[in-house]
Amino acid sequence: MDAVINFGAGLFGAAWPAVWTLVKIVAIVLPLLLGVAYLTLAERKVIGFMQVRIGPNRVGPYGLIQPIADGLKLLFKEVLVPGNASKGIFLIAPMLAFGPALAAWAVVPFTDTLVLANIDASLLYIMAITSMGVYGIILSGWASNSKYAFLGAMRSAAQMVSYEIAMGFSLLCILMVSNSLNLVEIVGGQQKGMFAGYGLNFLSWNWLPLLPMFVVYLISGTAELNRAPFDVAEGESEIVAGFHVEYSGMAFALFFLAEYSNMILVATLTSLLVLGGWSSPLGFLPDGVWWLLAKISCILFLYLWFRATFPRYRYDQLMRLGWKVFLPICLIWLVVVGVWMMSPLSIWK
Amino acid sequence: MDFQTFVFYFLSAILVFAALRVITARNPVHAALHLILAFFTCGGIWALLQAEFLAIAIILVYVGAVMVLFLFVVMMLDINLDRIRQGFWNYLPLGAVLGLLMVMEMGLVLGNKALQIPASTVVTPPGVSNVKEIGKMMFTDFVYPFELASIVLLVGMIAAIALTWRGRKKSKYVNPNQQVFVKAKDRLRVLQMPVEKD
Repeated sequence: MDAVINFGAGLFGAAWPAVWTLVKIVAIVLPLLLGVAYLTLAERKVIGFMQVRIGPNRVGPYGLIQPIADGLKLLFKEVLVPGNASKGIFLIAPMLAFGPALAAWAVVPFTDTLVLANIDASLLYIMAITSMGVYGIILSGWASNSKYAFLGAMRSAAQMVSYEIAMGFSLLCILMVSNSLNLVEIVGGQQKGMFAGYGLNFLSWNWLPLLPMFVVYLISGTAELNRAPFDVAEGESEIVAGFHVEYSGMAFALFFLAEYSNMILVATLTSLLVLGGWSSPLGFLPDGVWWLLAKISCILFLYLWFRATFPRYRYDQLMRLGWKVFLPICLIWLVVVGVWMMSPLSIWK
Repeated sequence: MDFQTFVFYFLSAILVFAALRVITARNPVHAALHLILAFFTCGGIWALLQAEFLAIAIILVYVGAVMVLFLFVVMMLDINLDRIRQGFWNYLPLGAVLGLLMVMEMGLVLGNKALQIPASTVVTPPGVSNVKEIGKMMFTDFVYPFELASIVLLVGMIAAIALTWRGRKKSKYVNPNQQVFVKAKDRLRVLQMPVEKD
């Protein structure tokens, strides 16, 4: 690795830091996009098996080349702009959906050294960037000049703002006990504690002392992603496909890329914040990025499982869950955690 | 010109352009979008001044939450631009006076030596967390203003709820006596909505 860095520094001179950062960005984005492609296949396969179907199996062995075929098909399709649509915004909206989904990965750590930008306020940064993803959906709905798309956009705007509050409160509890906004330190804080001393690391992770917050975060994360059972913005049986009903070709594909890379992002955040990130569940096993990948895969599987299992929420039920159930739980647990931290029984010293 | 100055001027140019478009754009949604761009660029300029917490906070609060709701409202409004523009020339003198006053106030603040911080003292050493410092200040030196601000926000929140509160809904049971007399046209109204052109 050092040899590569030295060679590059000699080759590019003063421009080397910029080039090296670009290389690192490509090293994050390429696996991410590959992960997105195969997540779509995994979704179809997993839901297929849960519904006693086979799922895609025509393209390549076990349908393994299916996502590539889908991508190529969308790439070669024409991007249609409906008449009377607000053309500029119509085309910018998918980019606004996909941009934040990628930008958030800048601060996500994979191990304590493997991180693109280890900044102090990384959790805040992620919250700020992901909160901008909603614009892609609202603007696509508005710019399409279609009633269904607009309904989807309105639903999505209200839903995202509502669940962001519950999500923010659960993150607040986590950063209170970690005493840091830095994701590397938050993961580091979970590796010590009473159970970690016995070698049972997985009982020291944040999920156990903050169990209600873990559940709230997991569910409101699903709602933020507009995934089933909270996919009222798409609602194909009520408003056809909601905000992206007028999109075709690559513009449509960008919404999908955004949704699936956001899924991977939220799964990664859940693993980092409450499931101990790259630390191994048992003391005698070595830590490493493979643990993080395993945890991400488990949570992604959970999302697919949700979709295959639960019927869609009605819109008012969804709002009730966000405001009347999650918000009070969060407020109470915030106080509980605060008192717990200040009491002699505190486990976060 | 070093790189930082270049970035500053670049962001400032975008900020001024976006701010101008907020008041000149004919379409209210376009105006709101330019306001979002202005907030975002403003965050960039603050990040350049090493105020990373403020930079992230403005994006998190204003871009991520306030403007979403704002856009939500603006998109649903049926704004007739010609009617709004009717009294333009009548209001112009008053508006111009107010604008001039604001420019003068800004000039006084910016031109005042006592209110300016020399650039050298602003630079924070590496390793000092902006967020931690702001938190410490908020809960020690500025705890009363901070609490006051939170009370003002609470009052605003309660006032907003009190203004829109229409009383508790009575129970949802239906009176079968009224129910049998309901006709479809009392319940359902089919509207013709022509497609709007931007």
